[in-house]
Amino acid sequence: MNLNVELNSVARRYGRVKAVDGVSFSAAPGEVIALVGHNGAGKTTLIKLMLGLARPTAGSVAVLGQDPAAGDATVRRRLGYLPETVSFNPALTGRETLRFYVRLKGGRRDEEDALLERIGLAHAADRRIGTYSKGMRQRLGLAQAMIGTPAVLLLDEPTTGLDPELRQQFYAIVREMQAVGATVLLSSHALNELEGNASRVVILNDGRKIADGTLDELRHIARLPTRIRLKTVEGGAKRLREWMGEPAGLRQINGHIVELDATPEDKAAFLRRTAGEGAPFEDLEMVPPGLDELYAHFLSERASR
Amino acid sequence: MKTILLLSVKEVREGLRNRWVVAATGLLAALALTLTFLGSAPTGTVGAGALDVVVISLASLTIFIVPLIALLISHDAIVGEIERGTMTLLLSYPVRRRQVLFGKFMGHLAILAFATCVGYGLAAIALLVTGKAVGAGSWAAFMAMTASSVLLGAVFVAIGYLVSALVADRATAGGVAIGIWLVFVVLYDMALLGLLVADQGRAVSGGTLDALLLFNPTDAYRLFNLAGSGNIAAASGMAGTVQTAVLAPAALLAALAAWVVAPMALAALVFSRREL
Repeated sequence: MNLNVELNSVARRYGRVKAVDGVSFSAAPGEVIALVGHNGAGKTTLIKLMLGLARPTAGSVAVLGQDPAAGDATVRRRLGYLPETVSFNPALTGRETLRFYVRLKGGRRDEEDALLERIGLAHAADRRIGTYSKGMRQRLGLAQAMIGTPAVLLLDEPTTGLDPELRQQFYAIVREMQAVGATVLLSSHALNELEGNASRVVILNDGRKIADGTLDELRHIARLPTRIRLKTVEGGAKRLREWMGEPAGLRQINGHIVELDATPEDKAAFLRRTAGEGAPFEDLEMVPPGLDELYAHFLSERASR
Repeated sequence: MKTILLLSVKEVREGLRNRWVVAATGLLAALALTLTFLGSAPTGTVGAGALDVVVISLASLTIFIVPLIALLISHDAIVGEIERGTMTLLLSYPVRRRQVLFGKFMGHLAILAFATCVGYGLAAIALLVTGKAVGAGSWAAFMAMTASSVLLGAVFVAIGYLVSALVADRATAGGVAIGIWLVFVVLYDMALLGLLVADQGRAVSGGTLDALLLFNPTDAYRLFNLAGSGNIAAASGMAGTVQTAVLAPAALLAALAAWVVAPMALAALVFSRREL
């Protein structure tokens, strides 16, 4: 399988600070990979290494089979990038700005119009960027990253400052790009929104990779419990507890709600036992561990080592 | 080449939008017109050509103003874009850093050339309108003055880029640019004058003085314009210098050109090694 992005024990230090330290991962076409970590965990440095704006002090980086620091124009043309703080000259209009980038990348004629249409900025195309809202500027930033339908998209904190609706639109565009075979790498610290949007998650801390896998795989490794919450009629909690046989770790929230944390292997057995015919509950809710919990888990696991 | 052109056109467009072009042209035109009307009054009695006086006045004006404008538009060309985050975006495109630098240079030079030609051209036209007789030699001197003013601007644009490529933030770039302006426009000549007075012609030979003058682009520009042609040299009081100094106009222009090429080459080198 040919890989679009390949990092091999990449390290990058700035003076004595190790911004990135021995990170390896690869990305195939059609993958959406989320780089997750605190501020300063090394996400932006990794993206700069993939862009060739910074050179690794050790290890190797290959993007579309080439060393990005070599600055090969054919590779750059198939690369889209959205910086963390996207800023455009406020005196120019959206169309002028996008046209400049389309020409710079050798894109199709009038591609800017199609892109403006696609990201929903056509109505504001001839207004100065100074009059744009943060969300509109971010969308313009995404539009320039999409010029020429790139094979690799590097998006640095793409959804910060976007409202929920724009976030949905943004991930819809990411899925479109994924569907045509693009590799999308996006960094984020808004973890919950990655659920269902990222095919793989790479967790970074202090420049090191501490976890890498699909959300399900990470959940499996972390062995975090699933929270099961049962609801019964008012005052029926006692009867419910007796029915379940007073399992250890059961918490009574109030008169009609009880909660239990079930480990992955206990979960199925517990449900079979509890949810038999005649079980005295009205509703059952299962909350699998979210990315926030996973992230906290991997961080604490690292700290305790 | 197409990339460089694209970048320079963008630079010019931004200059037009944020009023740099208007401001620079307006400033140069206002000062040139003022000097023309003030300067044309005494010509009747002195016997110098009207345009010759304008050339002398404008050349002296250029030494102060053009380097200042050039440094103002160039000092944040690189560090400013890095700080705003637009440089990382630009460099993720199929663009080489050298192309970024030369594209910006062409754009800034175009702005400066436009401002100088229009500003000074207006002064010449005003002179014609008021009905002063102007000889062909004076026109040639005027043209040479305008063209060399653009060249002087190019020198300081290049120096501004070098500063911009070296320093860590925009504020520093501004401070260093002002310092450079002070050194080349004011302090260098004062120091040189002090040296000559203290030396009393013992150690500093004519050759050394020539070399020292070439080390400051504004001095090269001054000599080129004020000592260039006979009429102007006489009127500007530089005739004595012309006889002792052996610097030919070609050598002065070469010095100015070197002052463009060297800082540009250094700026390109520094910028290419800079990590973003």
